[in-house]
Amino acid sequence: MTHWIDIGRLDDIPVRGARVVKTGAGCVAVFRTGADEVFALDDRCPHKGGPLSEGIVHGRSVTCPLHNWVFAFESGEAQGTDEGRVATYAVRIESGRLLLDASRLATRSAA
Amino acid sequence: MTQRLVVIGAGMASGRALEELFKRAPDAYDVTLFGAEPRGNYNRIMLSPVLSGEKTYEEIVTHDAAWYADHGVTCRFGEPVTGIDRARKLVITEQGETPYDKLIMASGSTPFIIPIPGHDLPGVISYRDLDDTNVMIAVAEKPGAKAVVIGGGLLGLEAAAGLRLRGMDVTVVHLMGHLMERQLDEAAGYLLRKELVGRGIKVMCSSNSKEIYGDGRVEGLRLENGTELPCDLLVMAVGIRPNVALAKEAGLAVGRGIHIDDQCVTSDADILSVGECVEHDGATFGLVAPIFDMAKVLAATLACEDAAYRPKPVSTKLKVTGVDLFSAGDFAEGDDREDIVFRDPARGVYKRLVLRGDRILGAVMYGDTADGNWFFQHINDGTDVSEMRDTLIFGPAFQGGAPLDPMAAVAALPDEAEICGCNGICKGEIVEAIKDGATNLGAVRTVTKASGSCGTCTGLVEQVLAVTLGDAFVLPTAQPVCGCTDLTHEDVRRLIKSQELKSMQAVWQELGWKTTCGCHVCRPALNFYLLADWPLDYRDDPQSRFVNERNHANIQKDGTYSVVPRMWGGITTADELRAIADAADKYQVPTVKVTGGQRIDLLGVKKEDLPRIWADLGKAGLVSGHAYSKGLRTVKTCVGTDHCRFGTQDSTGLGIKLEQALWGSWTPHKVKLAVSGCPRNCAEATCKDVGIICVDSGYQVGVGGAAGMDLKETERLGDVATEQEAIDLTIAFVQLYREHAKYLDRPYKWVAKVGLDWVKAQVVEDANNRQALIDRFALSQSIYQKDPWAERANPDVQRAWSPLETVKLEAAE
Repeated sequence: MTHWIDIGRLDDIPVRGARVVKTGAGCVAVFRTGADEVFALDDRCPHKGGPLSEGIVHGRSVTCPLHNWVFAFESGEAQGTDEGRVATYAVRIESGRLLLDASRLATRSAA
Repeated sequence: MTQRLVVIGAGMASGRALEELFKRAPDAYDVTLFGAEPRGNYNRIMLSPVLSGEKTYEEIVTHDAAWYADHGVTCRFGEPVTGIDRARKLVITEQGETPYDKLIMASGSTPFIIPIPGHDLPGVISYRDLDDTNVMIAVAEKPGAKAVVIGGGLLGLEAAAGLRLRGMDVTVVHLMGHLMERQLDEAAGYLLRKELVGRGIKVMCSSNSKEIYGDGRVEGLRLENGTELPCDLLVMAVGIRPNVALAKEAGLAVGRGIHIDDQCVTSDADILSVGECVEHDGATFGLVAPIFDMAKVLAATLACEDAAYRPKPVSTKLKVTGVDLFSAGDFAEGDDREDIVFRDPARGVYKRLVLRGDRILGAVMYGDTADGNWFFQHINDGTDVSEMRDTLIFGPAFQGGAPLDPMAAVAALPDEAEICGCNGICKGEIVEAIKDGATNLGAVRTVTKASGSCGTCTGLVEQVLAVTLGDAFVLPTAQPVCGCTDLTHEDVRRLIKSQELKSMQAVWQELGWKTTCGCHVCRPALNFYLLADWPLDYRDDPQSRFVNERNHANIQKDGTYSVVPRMWGGITTADELRAIADAADKYQVPTVKVTGGQRIDLLGVKKEDLPRIWADLGKAGLVSGHAYSKGLRTVKTCVGTDHCRFGTQDSTGLGIKLEQALWGSWTPHKVKLAVSGCPRNCAEATCKDVGIICVDSGYQVGVGGAAGMDLKETERLGDVATEQEAIDLTIAFVQLYREHAKYLDRPYKWVAKVGLDWVKAQVVEDANNRQALIDRFALSQSIYQKDPWAERANPDVQRAWSPLETVKLEAAE
């Protein structure tokens, strides 16, 4: 079951940038692409724990600021020869507001 | 028996619906047509050519009096409908009641007017009907009249282009970052903007309107940023709203538009609806193609035939003469989607196809749209394009054609075309040298000096070799910047200068980037090249910077940051040290360390604390030490003549002056300096990017040292007698490096590529050139020499750098 929660405005995130949402079980990075789409991923690179929210956003992907691993927004998969995956969460825009599906956040923290 | 059909709205939707109905069932209905405008149906989308003067109103009329008479339509134009009585099946106007058996609501839409102060002043209009068009034409007749158009969408740009053709001074103000963002991607938006600017239209994107001012009539528009745009006419073209008031009052189901089903029937079985007033399956409509589809379905429903409206991808063309622009389908980026991008910078052509698997999902084209409909057909048909994928982007005419020769451009250059700007060598001289036996790059360099100086034309010289020698010459594979382009850093720098490319979009388009918005490798490099070459025109893009330069602090492996305040020449005071100690206590800094560049490093500060710690340090007069930047880092000094018994000059004073001149400048890689007061070299100046050794007779300026991955002693740039000359040489050297080096090449690597002799010729031997370099550096510093900490030590930045939201997870508790 989805549980949409309002986390702010689309305009709070810079174009090709990100902001984080703090949860009891770590941060979620919410990205905005050049085409004004939004995606939410765990804000923690599986390689060395780098904050993905601080990476450079290009197309529908982000490059981790610590060691340049690249992750696709939709699958959360590391690109190229790197192997790893970060969890993704449903997020959508409604009338300029950002809605994040908190149901998976809950299962994640419970797990 | 003939039924009574009443139509509310005499626009394009109902016009097409009636045509379709009469085709299917010419005698089934007795039609009465109400229209608010005092005229019949005309082709509203052709108002733009009327505005620009390319067509007259008479030419765009689609249904004249004779047509209505022939089909027995009773016309009640200029008679607005005030109500509908669904129980008694009556339409009410001021003149009385008209009964219906079936009713069509085609009430269209109204332009959206932004409710900013002054929106109701005379001279503020929308762009919707013939009356608006006539007002615009009338104002344009005044010589020197100015217009502002709010809205850089389809309609706004057509209005702007038309008004410009009428001789007006036109400015377009657009809220979003690029024009027509709903139909175009950034690249096509860039080309469109370039075309409009070329026509003399001013375009201001990312601009928010604040208020319209004027005494009794519009006199101008004021933007959020305070800019004032005086005008005699203000056109608002920011969108439309379905006209639903009448339907709502009558109790029909209404959302954003009047709800209709696949048969165009509203919540009342006897009332149908079509056009911009409807909402079908959550969507509303503003383009003519889907509305005409809908009109067909509505006519079939009235003729008791089976039909259903199915949404299809739509295509858009801008109706501005001479602007070729086409967009269709869905062109957002995606993991499962692939782009085929074609750019022909010389012709100003951009084409992009978005594919998923073997199907085309969307197309954006600019400059050459001849194949637009062919692609659109394939989008609609869902054609499997795998067979023709390699040549798909070239359109139907090129299926199976030969690929273009990449050397053609160089081959086509005339003999007098200059290849090497530094040494003034033309193509003809290089070709001659090659024919005389210089068959590789080194030999050409020795004989002609071409590419022997700054080296940015190396690629061109190699291409001349390849063209002249044919198969006998094997092109060395130049290292491209990244996967987004085949060009090298040197090529890109040269082209940014020679083609005067002043924005990311300009580079991506004119240099044929293969991705839509670059990657983490090329974006920081381009951001630097653009701001270094065009300090006044280009605006720094924080989102194209590596995290440290975006956040003005060094990220550590645990995601915290280090903070290093500047200490000019390594000199500090007790007050500064107290402020640093207080900050370390207050923000619980776990580690305080002295750096190799004579600064104090506070390690382990949380991102959201950065603006606060900067504000505290700022109060003590401390500014950013730029310990995180590809820019001027530190000037290390010894105490010199102030205290040292061996000191020959005031090395500390010179170090402080150099640091005060150079701080804040962005460079291809970090730049570290040192000044030693005597040849004992306590400041270790001989392994710095610029290192100055003071001697009795003056100053020895060395450059290109290294003490990192490579170890290298500086080479002597020059010996000078005065402090000012030492400063001048240093600044000119740094500026030359900023203008020519590859991003992420430290000075020693760059000097090795271009040769110290060339650097000396530019900086030491040519006094005029030295001064020009110093002047350009000063210009750049006028923009960039600002303390980034002071600019960010405020609650707004603190908010922007804090978590967007903190979520409490009930399920986990």
